Amino acid sequence: MITRKVRKWEKLPGKNTFCCDGRVMMARQKGVFYLTLFLIIGTCSLFFAFECPYLAVHLSPAIPVFAALLFLFVMAMLLRTSFSDPGVLPRALPEEATFIEMEIEAANGNVPAGQRPPPRIRNVQINNQIVKLKYCYTCKIFRPPRASHCSICDNCVDRFDHHCPWVGNCVGKRNYRYFYLFTMSLSLLTIYIFTFDIVHVVMLVGLTGFHTYLISLNQTTNEDIKGSWSGKNRVQNPYSHKNIFKNCCEVLCGPTYPSVLDRRGLMQEDSSVSATSAAPSSSSSSSSNPVPQTMHAVLCLQKTTAPLIPNEHTPDDAKPSIATSAEKSPSPRDEHPPAQKVPPLASPETDAEASLAKDKTH
Amino acid sequence: FHNLQELRLNASLVTKVFVQRDYSEGTVCRFQTKFPSELDNRIERTLLEETVKTLNSYYVEAEKIGGQSYLEGCLACATAYIIFLCMETRYEKVLKKISCYIQEQNEKIYAPRGLLLTDPIERGMRVVSFAHLLLFSIK
Repeated sequence: MITRKVRKWEKLPGKNTFCCDGRVMMARQKGVFYLTLFLIIGTCSLFFAFECPYLAVHLSPAIPVFAALLFLFVMAMLLRTSFSDPGVLPRALPEEATFIEMEIEAANGNVPAGQRPPPRIRNVQINNQIVKLKYCYTCKIFRPPRASHCSICDNCVDRFDHHCPWVGNCVGKRNYRYFYLFTMSLSLLTIYIFTFDIVHVVMLVGLTGFHTYLISLNQTTNEDIKGSWSGKNRVQNPYSHKNIFKNCCEVLCGPTYPSVLDRRGLMQEDSSVSATSAAPSSSSSSSSNPVPQTMHAVLCLQKTTAPLIPNEHTPDDAKPSIATSAEKSPSPRDEHPPAQKVPPLASPETDAEASLAKDKTH
Repeated sequence: FHNLQELRLNASLVTKVFVQRDYSEGTVCRFQTKFPSELDNRIERTLLEETVKTLNSYYVEAEKIGGQSYLEGCLACATAYIIFLCMETRYEKVLKKISCYIQEQNEKIYAPRGLLLTDPIERGMRVVSFAHLLLFSIK
């Protein structure tokens, strides 16, 4: 029978978890450590993905390189703090424990039955000061000075600092410097990233401020760049209400203009299209394929009636019939359109959707 | 040498004497040079004191804070401690020297007197333990 070699970590008492065949040593609760990893890696990934291309091109490629090195250092320190032995004091072997107990009994003398034995303390003089060493009942040792028992890991740790859930381990003699370097380098990294983020934030705030200025004057960026309304000899902005509040209201609270593209409309090809296309529509501005069939018919009807508003292009013979056509135009849409020369319309009915709405009323 | 291995294997069956840490100079690793009374008949006082004093001097050398330790520390930090994959730390070098010394002491002095000295590193640097190789009850 082949017996598997058992390594010492498998038999260690205490509440630690071990990985990589004993090379990695951590506390049992690792959830917060995973959160730490996620936060650091997540924030830095976002920084490298979104900020760094801009920074490398516009400022210097050294910036992301330094950030990457700093990030690697932070990760190395974090992993070293989390995975290393903080300075755990091994528990006393049975003989040692017995030896110490015998020493204690010898020191205390005979305790009368019923009385509580005095606390197990050993006095030691360090640099002319008396330091009390406490006895650890779990580990069965007198703790060295500055050592303490961690209840989470159930170990005595030399030069015990604290148990840090963020790194998922105790911080003690062996890993305190890595813990310190981790916090310091992470602070540097955070400040570094925030500095460049703040540059972007300042730019963003600047841009917002600029557009606020434009809105209050009812100007476009294009006009501002060209200087259309500024300068002595130029016309004042005719679109401005001369009142900041009114200008803002118009831009921000004005009507929501609908889209005239009808992007999702279905493309159709049939006979009514070819019939209506026989009517001269060359000068029309709006009749084209994307318009639905009914719309097309309506528009063509419109084209053949005289415009409501006579303009310079209206042929003279159409003008007298304006009055009559004004009565006629709302009514029969189903009249067959006679082929006539179509004057360009200044009618508001050229708005296709308005016509459609009108069409629906019939 | 073969004898020493056997002795080590059987050491758990015998009684042990422990020399504790001496904290009078702080947390630096140091063992008491006070002679344990249980070993009165087994070994001369001077020999044991000599052994413990030499061990203490080795530990002082390992834990010394000076030029070389600063250099080692700064170099390691600059490489994010990756250099420790290739290089042995000063403490580790001294520990190797200590284990050689202990083996040598066991062969020359302690085994002939029926004692076995264990390396403190195996006891968490808490004690230097001497094992009686014969069953002998202490009081």
